Amino acid sequence: MNHFPQAWGRPRDDIYGAYDHSHFQTHGPGGPNQHTQRPIVTGTSVVAAKFKDGVVIAADNLASYGSLARFTDVKRLRKFNDQVVVGFGGDVSDMQYLNRILNSLDIRENYSNPENPLNAKNLHTYLSKVMYKRRSDFDPLWNHLLIAGLDGESKPFLASADLLGTTFSSPTLATGFGAHLAQPILRKTIPDEASVANVSEEEAVKLVKECMKVLFYRDARSMDRYSIAVIKSEGVDLKEDEKLENQSWAFAEQIRGYGTQVN
Amino acid sequence: MTSIGTGYDLSNSVFSPDGRNFQVEYATKAVENGGTAIGIRCKDGVVLALEKLITSKLLKPGANKRISTVDRNIGVVSSGLLPDGRHFVSRARDEAASWRSTYKAPIPTTALANRMGSYVQAYTLYSSVRPFGVTAIIGGWDSEAELPVDGEVGSGPSVGAGGKKEDGKRGGPFLYMIEPSGSYWGYYGAATGKGRQAAKSELEKLNLSAGELSLYDGVKEAARIIHVAHDDNKDKEFELEMTWVSSLDGPTKGRHEEVPKELLEEAERLAKKALEGDDEDEEEEKMEE
Repeated sequence: MNHFPQAWGRPRDDIYGAYDHSHFQTHGPGGPNQHTQRPIVTGTSVVAAKFKDGVVIAADNLASYGSLARFTDVKRLRKFNDQVVVGFGGDVSDMQYLNRILNSLDIRENYSNPENPLNAKNLHTYLSKVMYKRRSDFDPLWNHLLIAGLDGESKPFLASADLLGTTFSSPTLATGFGAHLAQPILRKTIPDEASVANVSEEEAVKLVKECMKVLFYRDARSMDRYSIAVIKSEGVDLKEDEKLENQSWAFAEQIRGYGTQVN
Repeated sequence: MTSIGTGYDLSNSVFSPDGRNFQVEYATKAVENGGTAIGIRCKDGVVLALEKLITSKLLKPGANKRISTVDRNIGVVSSGLLPDGRHFVSRARDEAASWRSTYKAPIPTTALANRMGSYVQAYTLYSSVRPFGVTAIIGGWDSEAELPVDGEVGSGPSVGAGGKKEDGKRGGPFLYMIEPSGSYWGYYGAATGKGRQAAKSELEKLNLSAGELSLYDGVKEAARIIHVAHDDNKDKEFELEMTWVSSLDGPTKGRHEEVPKELLEEAERLAKKALEGDDEDEEEEKMEE
């Protein structure tokens, strides 16, 4: 007996010769289970804000492979039905997996209950449980989700679920870099739940677009093409090929400390 | 029945000397007593209709739906033993889900009919099971637009190689009927259950093979045919259940749904009027005699 668990229960090397490790499986049955350790192809921030009769949500159309801008037409806002949109930050293949889960959920839900489709609140509960289950299996889905839409009383609903299964709800939300860069801007206009009633759709859309612009200025994994959706009781208005307008890079002149110029 | 007492009708999967499987034939008999079910393949969709016999006054009207959805774009209606029909639908849904998990796309109606045909047929092969006591009608609309793969995030390169050829027609309305033997055929108009003979002769009059009948007219015809096929003297009261699936630009946007209440009532009103009209004609003829 020695201290190498790999050798336990195997023929002794001193009698039978060294173990042929080509028989030792590192994959599939018999080998160790392998879990997601890091995201590979990723989407960056998702930004959303409630207004008096709905929610605006936006995300850019970029999927990065590390620092490479690999895919430039990726739709990260997914319409679930006429009252829910889910925005995905993080790993794109996990997003596709979740998307298929949601698709089959919608089909099954329609079998038993065609009159009352799932609302945003239902979906957020469901997704947060999926995320928590996977993190408890030490195999998380590497995403940060925003679920935007209407709740059971047709009131605006916005909440997040992340790769740890943590849930959070607020009148404005942003994931990834946006949590640092966009969230303060959003809070300036919509500091609390009470102020939502004073925000019109136009103001909310303008605010979210402004955030997308700031994110493009400062987030190196972002892009100027983005998707934006407005969810109201009339339905979902999803635009998937918007371009940032009125960019001004004048501030770039002020930036010091990069490259050859030192101060 | 001359076969009774010969012993060849007792076990499934046993042929009689003249090459028949009696258990399958008895299953067909079970279907012949069920409420009439029909399907009509129209040019821009499919209609399914069912004569739901009311077995008790204590049942809530409009509840206990019998026409089911499979995936989003396919409907199934069956005549015969109710629980067998429900099991059939359950299997069809599993097949549709399994198709999606393999191919990341909805199951084509024809593939579903094929898989369900094989499934039903398997129940004629073993002595430990009995055949399905239902004849099921499967109606669906396969999308005429190019569908994205489930979970697809982008559209791929807009220039260079990798583009797809714009070919001709795809998708459209499909209608199949599967019998207890597992045999299935594609139909322009299908009917099964108690009133199938009357329903079939009405369906033949519609000249469905021309592909001219619109979905809205199909709904009205389906309601009328169910009323014609119903035997007022012998049968109990019935409820008309009707569903439809249209093209993507039609009223259901490619989804299988119940026919809206207003349209159903309108179709039923016209059906009753048409029947009364027929009766009056007959009376007039009698008067003339």
